[in-house]
Amino acid sequence: MATIELRQVEKKFGDLHAVKPMDLTIYDGEFVVLLGPSGCGKTTTLRMIAGLETVTGGQILLNGRDVTWEHPSRRDIAFVFQLFALYPHMSVWQNIAFPLQAQGVPRQAVRERVAEVARILEIEHLLRQRPRGLSMGDQQRVALARALVRRPAAFLMDEPLGALDAELRERMRGEIKRLHIEQHATTIYVTHDQVEAMAMGDRVVVMSDAVVQQVGTPAEVYYDPANLFVARFIGSPGMNLVPCRYLGGAIEVSGSGRVPLPQGWDTALQRALGASCDVILGFRPEAAHVTSEGPLDATVYASEMEGGYAMIHLTLGGEGGPIVHIRAGRDSRYPIGTSLRIALDPGMIRFFDPRTERAIPREVGR
Amino acid sequence: METTLRRQRAPIVQAIRVDKISGATRLVQAIRIVLAVVYAVLSLIPVLWIGMTAFKSRPDATAVPPKVIFKPTLEGFVSLLTDRAILNEARRQELLARADELPWYQRLMVQQGMEVTGPSQYVGRLRNSVIIAGVSTVAAVVLGLLAAYAFSRFPVPGKGDLLFFILSTRMLPPVVVTIPIFLMYRRLGLHDTHIGLILLYTVFNLSFSVWLMKGFLDEIPREYEEAALVDGYTRLQAFFKVVLPNSLSGLAATTVFCLIFAWNEYAFALMLTTDRARTAPPSITTMLGRGGIEWASIAAGSLGFLIPVVLVTFALRKYLLRGVTFGAIRQ
Repeated sequence: MATIELRQVEKKFGDLHAVKPMDLTIYDGEFVVLLGPSGCGKTTTLRMIAGLETVTGGQILLNGRDVTWEHPSRRDIAFVFQLFALYPHMSVWQNIAFPLQAQGVPRQAVRERVAEVARILEIEHLLRQRPRGLSMGDQQRVALARALVRRPAAFLMDEPLGALDAELRERMRGEIKRLHIEQHATTIYVTHDQVEAMAMGDRVVVMSDAVVQQVGTPAEVYYDPANLFVARFIGSPGMNLVPCRYLGGAIEVSGSGRVPLPQGWDTALQRALGASCDVILGFRPEAAHVTSEGPLDATVYASEMEGGYAMIHLTLGGEGGPIVHIRAGRDSRYPIGTSLRIALDPGMIRFFDPRTERAIPREVGR
Repeated sequence: METTLRRQRAPIVQAIRVDKISGATRLVQAIRIVLAVVYAVLSLIPVLWIGMTAFKSRPDATAVPPKVIFKPTLEGFVSLLTDRAILNEARRQELLARADELPWYQRLMVQQGMEVTGPSQYVGRLRNSVIIAGVSTVAAVVLGLLAAYAFSRFPVPGKGDLLFFILSTRMLPPVVVTIPIFLMYRRLGLHDTHIGLILLYTVFNLSFSVWLMKGFLDEIPREYEEAALVDGYTRLQAFFKVVLPNSLSGLAATTVFCLIFAWNEYAFALMLTTDRARTAPPSITTMLGRGGIEWASIAAGSLGFLIPVVLVTFALRKYLLRGVTFGAIRQ
């Protein structure tokens, strides 16, 4: 299969910097998700790897071979488009066989390979139909079959589930993941849906404003976001971010209370902040719980039943204070206006420097 | 991306039970059909009249009041397509004696006291029309398709201005430019040549075909070609294997429009040709001037002239009626 390496790859459309120079290595058999909001450059990156967009600078290597200026047809990469792009004038069978015919595969082999992928994707009964008559899910399967039949070095998928409704999307998500595990093919998958990214990716590349914000496993980007953007973007709702003051050994949330710093953080903050004492405290909704011994005062702003649990929205330190979201048991009832105290799980808190917006790394081993 | 929000769900298909349609709806429907039929009949009357006249004999064609029931004859067509000499009595008797050996058109003319001496000029002019209209249509459609593809897919510098310029060639009525073109053609030796008219008709149709084809090509999603590119095809192969089959209805429409223009064009043909390259439309009217008006011949000429365009349109109707893209990709 394939290793894909991007070295300082960038793309400009006139004055618009669509992708600022980025480095990224995708290892053999890996499932990498490019995740970011609309217009962050993730699709452009994918199209550059496929050769559908020329690069403005940098190099793209496929298995160590420089393919930066190689024609898309010679990169041995399959692309699944957001809108499937099935050829309407061809039957499903012809659609799937089309890439093989380009390679000059003998007829008998074409027939066997089309039959094989049709069996894998369970679309054997559709082979004679035209794509326009198919359901969205089946069109998606045909598009996947067309990519799979080539046995390419890598699969690139541009929001392949974007056109499907929620139920189908979850099912196809499972199918794509299963295919990836069976075929063990290097895959780059573009999506704006962070749930999809977390569920499918071996690693997630979070992009925003043409820049890679963080590359990491789903757990890394979730628990250890590299900066404020990632902290807000990942998770639903995102990480709670509370401006507070560092007071040496503890932090103070204005009007709400003081939280003693867990081990390792004190020196880290001291070193990172220098003379300043403004810092941003970050914690996930599940990292806080309501308890009468908690150090922070809060008032219930709203609460929502989310099914398995309840999400409580709290203001810290009276009216106008920062709003945070925490999870509580589904049986808990907190009427609006209730005053309560919350405690934070010491292992789950993170800090960000408000000047650079970057995460402050924790000191270990002291 | 944003498209997810705009995307529609599967269309709601509603079945209408025939027995639930109200009487009022059916009445409106009936009135509509009647109006459509009446309109169709009214607009077809002139065509029908031409058709009838074409098959009338000379006295029938000029009879007052006009005859609706008559004995059809091919006299009109024969006199349109042949040159004839008037027979003296001796020759007439001789020909009548061996009438059985003569071809049918000769027999028909001998009865009128004439002898067919050869094909008329009109045959050559019809051939000119076929050559000039055919070649210029193919040229305009092929060039238009390629230009439109470039405009539709690539960042052509000055695209908007170029497209406007192309359109602007169509803004003056052709008659306005006939005199300068006439003078130019005289100088260049293009006067009364096939190539001269072919060039002119191609240029006139090109603006039309570029714009029309661009509209059709814009409708074909780029992803089709991009898919073909990553599937291992070159751009040219992608064009022939993916773009072309999906633009057939556009090509058909453009072909028909270009053909109708080139086939019917009158003013340039009249001004820029005299004999060798003269096409059919100016020839039909010249028949008005020769001695008595040969209404049957004129009608035969007009009818014969209508038929090729009708045939081409019918041959291409499958593509004309089909939508451009057929929903395999959703925008």
